Amino acid sequence: MTGIPLSHILFVSTALFFIGVYGFFTRRNMITMLMSVELILNSVNINFVAFNKYLYPEKLDGVFFTLFVITIAAAEAAVAIAIIINLYRSHQSIDVEDANEMKF
Amino acid sequence: MSSNLTLLLIPLLPLASFLLLGLFGKKYFNSLAGIAGTVSLLVSAALSLVTAYQYFFVSGKVDGVYQRIVAFKMTWLQFSPGLSIDMGIMLDPISVMMLVVVTFVSLMVHLYSLGYMKGEERFATYYSFLALFTFSMLGLVMSSNIFQIYIFWELVGVSSFLLIGFYYDKPSAVAASKKAFIVTRFADLGFLVGILILSFHAETLDFATLIQRLTDPDAVYLQQAGAAAFMGASALTWGLVLVFVGGAGKSAMFPLHIWLPDAMEGPTPVSALIHAATMVVAGVFLVARLFPVYALSCPAALEVVTWVGAISALLAAVIACTQTDIKRVLAYSTMSQIGYMMFALGVSGYGGENGLGFTASMFHLFTHAFFKALLFLGAGAVIHAIHSNEMKEMGGLRKRLPVTHVTFLLACLAIAGIPPFAGFFSKEEILLAAWHENKLVYGVALLTAAITAFYMFRLYYSIFWNREDAHGNEDHGSHGEGTWSMKIPLVVLAAGAVLAGFIPFGHFVSADGEALHAEMNLAFSVAPVLLAVCGIALAGKMYRKRNELPDKIANATGGLYKAARQKFYIDEVYLAITQKLVFNLVGKPAAWIDRNIVDGLMNLTANSTASVSSRIKGLQSGNVQSYAVYFFAGVIGFAMVFIYFWN
Repeated sequence: MTGIPLSHILFVSTALFFIGVYGFFTRRNMITMLMSVELILNSVNINFVAFNKYLYPEKLDGVFFTLFVITIAAAEAAVAIAIIINLYRSHQSIDVEDANEMKF
Repeated sequence: MSSNLTLLLIPLLPLASFLLLGLFGKKYFNSLAGIAGTVSLLVSAALSLVTAYQYFFVSGKVDGVYQRIVAFKMTWLQFSPGLSIDMGIMLDPISVMMLVVVTFVSLMVHLYSLGYMKGEERFATYYSFLALFTFSMLGLVMSSNIFQIYIFWELVGVSSFLLIGFYYDKPSAVAASKKAFIVTRFADLGFLVGILILSFHAETLDFATLIQRLTDPDAVYLQQAGAAAFMGASALTWGLVLVFVGGAGKSAMFPLHIWLPDAMEGPTPVSALIHAATMVVAGVFLVARLFPVYALSCPAALEVVTWVGAISALLAAVIACTQTDIKRVLAYSTMSQIGYMMFALGVSGYGGENGLGFTASMFHLFTHAFFKALLFLGAGAVIHAIHSNEMKEMGGLRKRLPVTHVTFLLACLAIAGIPPFAGFFSKEEILLAAWHENKLVYGVALLTAAITAFYMFRLYYSIFWNREDAHGNEDHGSHGEGTWSMKIPLVVLAAGAVLAGFIPFGHFVSADGEALHAEMNLAFSVAPVLLAVCGIALAGKMYRKRNELPDKIANATGGLYKAARQKFYIDEVYLAITQKLVFNLVGKPAAWIDRNIVDGLMNLTANSTASVSSRIKGLQSGNVQSYAVYFFAGVIGFAMVFIYFWN
């Protein structure tokens, strides 16, 4: 593990974050959007673990945070999928552009 | 204390019946509403009689002087330790007398309306309005506080408005109710300013304290009020005159009388109650209530009262001779009689023998309530039978309406001042008071008395004689005289009109509370009675049988007759002033400013907001992803600001 510097890992997580953001902005399918959100969350998780490992190796706070984020992500996925299912029932579609009634 | 409870019940019963009938009556017990209202009024009237008995014969008198008793008092609005608006009940001879008059006449009208308004769709509403009026009027006469009287003053104005406009699908009734409301409201502005002036100088709103402070020549209050001058008159004079303006508006005194004849658009029993016997004498009552201040501290204001009263009395009497609508004749006659009461107050002094005018005025108010209510109810019975207000459609009704005929005749005799009917006694006292004080007023009063006899009998002969019954064969169905509930009030009131004069009124009501022994002077009575008889004879000659005489006289007097028939063009003058002057000079510019400048500013704000928002509303597209982009761009933007521009 010593051979890999912190910046490499940060590079990966940043790339992952922007891939997620890009996916969230461009994909119309809500499942894919949900997956993009997961990517964003995971990029954050990587950051937590990496900083914990490289800067404060004697502590575990970053790891705990990651565990919490994963838990929350799971709950959030459940809620999001529930919303998507309900949307599908009412709109017969999970395309996010079909659900644009709430506008001016 | 139980007597306080009964006192409170007197006004509260009508209030309860107003609320009950107003809220639920029309829906649940429309046809029973009349009975309910009448019964509650019956209790109220009985309690008033008990109160009057208690006051006059048991508890009111201390050392031969009737006291002002504040029977009930609660603080309603406390402004400062020294100044508060109270709600209270004050008993003194005039308020107790008014209590009896109001509840009694109101009871008669309630009873009469059972028959008169039968089958009316808004029967319960009618009774609830009547109850509201009765409540307000009772509150008015029992007020212990000048501000309280103002509140009830406005309440009677509202109930009068509601009842004049009762037939709200008739445009003339709507116009009349508006006219009445606006004219009296306008006068009430004067009243309010007067209240403020008086209470400012007396530093109290309470009647008893106010009167005491403003009549005591040693008190600093009176000196202040008398010293502060504005346009040549002291603040006290202004205050009292303005209060009188309010009273003149309500009592239809010249030149604020224009609403009263039009108010006859309301149902006839209402005219009897409000526009003849009770509400229109509120102005007289008000002046009488503040009478010590007028008489002791400000003779100038009393002078105004005298002349306004005298002019109104004469003017209205002349107009009444030419009107053909029977209710309008009665309306002008009411105005004329109230003018009598006003100038009787005006010529009166305070205390002892000088207070004759005050007693006479109150006495006339008392007797007038009986015979004028009777005249109106009789007119109502005639209208009920004929379905018309016009004199020329009537004639020869004495056989068809025997009870109405007799009672109407009694009332006419009473108002004409023929002994021994009620009007004779009160009118004699007024004339006597005027004679002692002011010969010119006496002349006006005498002339008015003669004219009064003439036009009342013109009315009487035109309705009941003149020609044979045009509707002889009952072509209007079997209306006849109406039900027993319409006849009983006529008979009861007729008894009042005949007998009320024998009450030794001076013993009970006088300016200073001490008994006044008014003596009738037979020699003095000769002139007015003779004149009245002449008036009656003339009316009999002109109207008893149909003939050419009235037309001839009308032609001979030409201009005067026409002017009187057109009510001396006072309405037209008002119209000219309001429409031409006020409307063009004030109304139109104000409307222009309102429409273009005030509204323009508002429209500018609204329009610019609207146009900006319509341009940027596309941002809110309903598309979640574009929101996310905005959000992300915002975060990036803040991050940039934070990194590059912070510090």
